[in-house]
Formats: sequence, structure tokens, C-alpha cells
Amino acid sequence: MKKTGNVSELYGRDAKLSAEPGEGRLNVGYRTDVKGLTEELVREISEVKGEPDWMLKKRLDSFAIFKSKPMPTWGPDLSRLDLDALTAFVRPKGKDANATKWEEVPKDIRKTFDVLGIPEAERKFLSGASAQYDSEVLYKSLRKNISELGVIFTDMDSAVKEYPELVKRYFMTRCVPAKDNKFSALHGAFWSGGSFVYVPAGVKVPQPLQIYFMMNYPGFGQMEHTLIVAEQGASVQYIEGCSAPHYTKDSLHSAVVEIFAGKGSRVRYTSIQNWSKNVYNLNTKRAIVSEDAIMEWVGGTLGSGVTMLYPCSMLVGKGARAEHLTISLAGGGQVKDTGAKVLHMAPNTSSRVVSKSICRGGGLVRYRGLLHVGKGCTGVKANVRCDSMIADKISIAETVPVIDVRSDDAVIQHEAAVGRISDDQLFYLMSRGIDENEAVSLIVRGFIEPIVKELPLEYAVEMNRLVEMEMEGAVG
Amino acid sequence: MMALLSLKNLQISAGEKEIIQGISLDIGEGEVHVIMGQNGSGKSTLLSALAGNPKYSVKGEAAFEGKDLLALKPHERARRGLFLAFQSPIEVPGVSLASFLRRAYAARFGDEMSAMEFDKILQAKSEAIGLTRSFFSRGINDGMSGGERKMSEILQLSVLEPRLAMLDEPDSGLDVDALERVGAAIGKIRKNGMSMIIVTHYARVLRGIKADRVHVLHAGKIAASGDGRLAQKIEEKGYGWALQ
Repeated sequence: MKKTGNVSELYGRDAKLSAEPGEGRLNVGYRTDVKGLTEELVREISEVKGEPDWMLKKRLDSFAIFKSKPMPTWGPDLSRLDLDALTAFVRPKGKDANATKWEEVPKDIRKTFDVLGIPEAERKFLSGASAQYDSEVLYKSLRKNISELGVIFTDMDSAVKEYPELVKRYFMTRCVPAKDNKFSALHGAFWSGGSFVYVPAGVKVPQPLQIYFMMNYPGFGQMEHTLIVAEQGASVQYIEGCSAPHYTKDSLHSAVVEIFAGKGSRVRYTSIQNWSKNVYNLNTKRAIVSEDAIMEWVGGTLGSGVTMLYPCSMLVGKGARAEHLTISLAGGGQVKDTGAKVLHMAPNTSSRVVSKSICRGGGLVRYRGLLHVGKGCTGVKANVRCDSMIADKISIAETVPVIDVRSDDAVIQHEAAVGRISDDQLFYLMSRGIDENEAVSLIVRGFIEPIVKELPLEYAVEMNRLVEMEMEGAVG
Repeated sequence: MMALLSLKNLQISAGEKEIIQGISLDIGEGEVHVIMGQNGSGKSTLLSALAGNPKYSVKGEAAFEGKDLLALKPHERARRGLFLAFQSPIEVPGVSLASFLRRAYAARFGDEMSAMEFDKILQAKSEAIGLTRSFFSRGINDGMSGGERKMSEILQLSVLEPRLAMLDEPDSGLDVDALERVGAAIGKIRKNGMSMIIVTHYARVLRGIKADRVHVLHAGKIAASGDGRLAQKIEEKGYGWALQ
């Protein structure tokens, strides 16, 4: 296998089949010969994508920042993550144009969706959604009524070309600048794919916009960029699911999500992450929330090996509100370092964080939260509740909340509870004829119910199913 | 005729402590047995251990329909038709009583129903004992009053139609009105001839239910047995009289 390669060669050429042995279920071709994170690669990616100079410049600036920053050492151990071994850009073979109909999506990829059991509902929704396959958005078909409303919902690469003014204004500028952290800089240099959502003033998008991200390549660095702009009084719900089949090589998912919730708007961002267990999931997700706007984060992180994820709401306008609802599950070998950051930077802002973590089989869940109330921000209300459930004696749940209040009259509540699956509950349910596994899964379901009930039905079903699978044999 | 439940020299301990020190008892098909006794005499332990609570270790023999009960796990006992109405029902937040009972029903009768089909059964069973819909959409015993929890147990009993119902102080902690309701509901369910073991301090919850046998438990043993009149006398004269 060649050690070096030119990304542009990937176009229109047959690629090698690179599915790992034993992964014969998935029959998709890739080039596997572009490795390492170099400035040359940054230029090639930009060139292949036919990007304007300003984006190339952004990438190069980001790359310089990435090079200059050390790996973060304050969180989970990342020493096994070999960035130079990652492939930052691949393109599935035999695809060129964006598909618009389900039938036009390559058969292999449809099959992959089948194999992964993507819920029926999701396919149904595909008429109004995009499905991302590795770095490229393969499938996209906006529902007519959404386009008529002036809503833009497209893949990020197309947005760079079609809506340069909007992208220039919002892409990694005020919300998540490249210099924010090592991985946002990496992302700025190598990002590929993702969604761009723009909702004009006053428009309420009638149905959730959905996308499914899949990582289907071993040793891959997937870095999709999601940018959501809701203008004054707009409302939109965006949902993304993530998964990857299991490969033997470590992979990296380093996404950036930027959300601008304009005055009086309402944005709900939902994500269900189920990467395979050798994926490092290191993301930066942030929203700038203006006056009287409501930002809601709903999320479940089930898969991945190490996850570091702390969605952040910057409440910059009077009366802005943030809700963060998250479920984290860690099984054996998994580290979930997750939480929420809320920055109250204006008067009368309010926030609520509800975090539910479950650990089993030696997994580690750590809630890491930051609650900041700025000087002179009067009338702030904030409520944080983090509950952990520990299924056995070898798993660990930790809570690291940081509360930094610089205003006198802020009302802050922080509650944390750690519990086990109680023997009394198990016996009670079993005394009604329910076996032990099902009893455990019922108890766990009940524990996460306050968050699952916020999900659309199909996702709630999927979430419960995934959690049930993870909890199989957890006790006893 | 073979007894429905047959206990021979049953001994129950929790850790080092022996709580039930050898009980032998036969409960026939359709019979109602009442167990009375002072606090700490081992009444609740007996029922809980019979339901399979793993925190107790049990020696001796217990046969249910002729089969060894002690070899079975709690859910297997329940599926064969043993039911324990808890004195202090356990909270399981976030799981609705309706969805939980539908699973329990499927486990008991092997009959997987859609939520809608099961809703009809639940509706009918609830109405029969004077409960409204809002009751079963709530979390299991979550934020319920004492009286509501007892009614929840009785509703579960009525849906799962066990062969033998063990009621652990269905009357404890209830006000007069709630007591009346619980008593009436048990009476209705009893009409179909279900066998019962009822642990209680008071004869009045038994109004409308004829007790075939009354046993007084004392220090882990059956100190006295008699017919329904024994319960009446104990309520009038206290345990001291029965233990003489």
C-alpha cells in the first residue's frame, strides 16, 4: 500500500476495498493511503473541495494554531491517540454528485444503513434530511416547503460556495474560534462535511431537520462542522445521530457545532452518539444565545472510547435561556467526561442542566460542569442537577462542578445524587414476574426517562433500545 | 387434596439472625389464612421470603402446587401465580405503572399485548376497584400517598390474578376512608375464589372476607391457630390473651 498519496487522485478512480477482516458486512470502498496531518494535506483538501481562498486561509491559520497548542492534560488520558496515524479525508468511491432521492443513494450505503439498523422513521425523514457518509454528504433533499420558507439546509461544503457571506460571518468566528482549543484548531484545519442550517427571521421550521453521521473507515478522523443560524423569532429543531461499525484501529471524531440563536428565537439541538468503542470523541459545541432566545441541548452519549463533550451556552442577551439535558453511559473501557457550560453574561438569564449518567462494567462517567454568572448580571437563575447510577462495584461516577458567580442576587441550585440499582427495586419488579435483566433495564429506563421523554418518539425508542443493549447482564 | 402451598419446618434467617424458627402450614385451594402477631414476630419476613427475596436464606420445605418453591427465582414464583402485596411498596421513578404492568402481565400469562389492548384490561380492572386512568400513567409508586400505594398493589393483584395472594398489612397507615376502599377492593377480588394469606393487626380489613384460618405468629413460630373468631378476639383482647 502506498504511503503517500494525492487526495485529488481519489476522484473518479476505483478505490481499494478497505473494510477490515471480519467486517465483511460492510462492502464499501475507500482509498486508504492518505495519512498524517500536514500543511500539504490542508492545502490539498481545500483544493480538492474547490474552496475559495478565504477558507484555505482559515484552514492554514487553524493548522498553525493546532501545531502550537499542546494536547490538553486536564481531562481524560489522550496519550494513546496518535494524530499522525489518522486519515483526515476520505471519499466513498463511485460517488460524485449529491443524491437527491433515496433510490439514488449508492446501494452499498443503503445496505450499511440497513446493517446498522437505522430506524425506519429516520429513513422516512430522509426526504427532509441529509445523511452524511464519512466526510461527504451523499444524500440531500430538502423538503419543498422548507425551501419555500427561505430555510437553508445543506451540507457545509456546499454552503461555503453557495452562501459565502453567511459562512464568512459565522464560521469559526465569534462562537468557536479555532484558537479555542487544540481540537477546535485541528477541526478548523481539516474539517469536512457537516450541516449548514439557516432559518430566516420569524420562520418556524415545522419538522425536525435530521442527519445521520457515520464513520466507516478505520483510523479515520471525522470532523464535520455544523453551523445553525436562527434569526430573530425563528424556531428550529436539529437532530443528529452518529454511529460507526467497530474497527480495530483507533479513530477520532472531532466535530464543531456552532449555533446562533437570534433574538427571541428557539433552537433545539439533539444528538445521539453511538460511535464504536475505539473512537475518541472530542467535540466543541457552543451556542450564542441572544435576548429572550431559548437554546435547548438534548443529547445522549452511548458509544465511543473516550468522550469529552461540554456543550456551552453563552447567554449574551437579556432574558436568554438555556436547557441542557444529557444522558451519558459508560461501560467497560469507556470514559465519558461530559457536562455542560453555561455562561450567564446578561441580566435575567436562566438555565437548567439535567445530567443523567450510568456506568457499569468498570466504566467511568464524570460530570464536568461550568456555571458562570458575570458581574452586573442581575436576576440570574440557574439550576443544575446531575444524577449518576452505578450498576456494580467496579464502575466509577464522579462530579466536577465549577460554579463561578460574580453577581449578588443570582439564584443558583446545584443538586447531585449518586445511586445504585437498589436490591429492593429489583426484588419488587421481579416479584411481579419480570426477570432480572428486564428489571434492570426498566429501572435504568426510568432513570433516564426525564430526558428520553424530550426526544422524538423514534429516537426515544432507539435510545431505550441502545441503553437496554448496553445494560444486558449488568447486574448479578 | 393437595394443598396449594405447603410449608414444612420452614426456617428463615437474615444474615446470622434466625427470624422464622420452623413453621409448618398448609393452605388449600381457595382458602384465606390470616396471620397476626406483634411487630417483629416475623410476619413480613415470612411473606417476603416466600416471594423469593434474596436477602433471606431459607431452610425446610415450601411446595407450591406440589413443586419446590425454594428453587425458584422471584420472577419464576410470580409467573406460577404467587403474588406479594408489599407493606411498603417500592418506588421506581420514571416507569409508568401501565407499561410495567403490561410487561408483568405478559410474563404471567405469556400474552404479549399491544399497549392499546392492555389498556382496555387495565381500564376495566381499575374501574372495578374505583380507580381512574390518571392513576396508572404515573411512575410506579412515585410520589404516591400511602393509601395510593396500597391501592396500586391491589390493582396489580387484580390484573395479575395470582393463584395465591400474600397481602402484607394492606391496612397499615391508612385513614378510615382508605381502609374502607382497600377492604372493599380486596373483597371484590376475593370473590373469584383466589387463595390469600393476609398479614394484619386488625380484623376490620377482613370485613366481607371470611377467614378460614387465623394464625398468631410469635417469636418466629406459630403460637396459636383458630378460625375467624380468633381474629375478632385478638382485636378485642390483645395478643397477650392469644399467647397464653
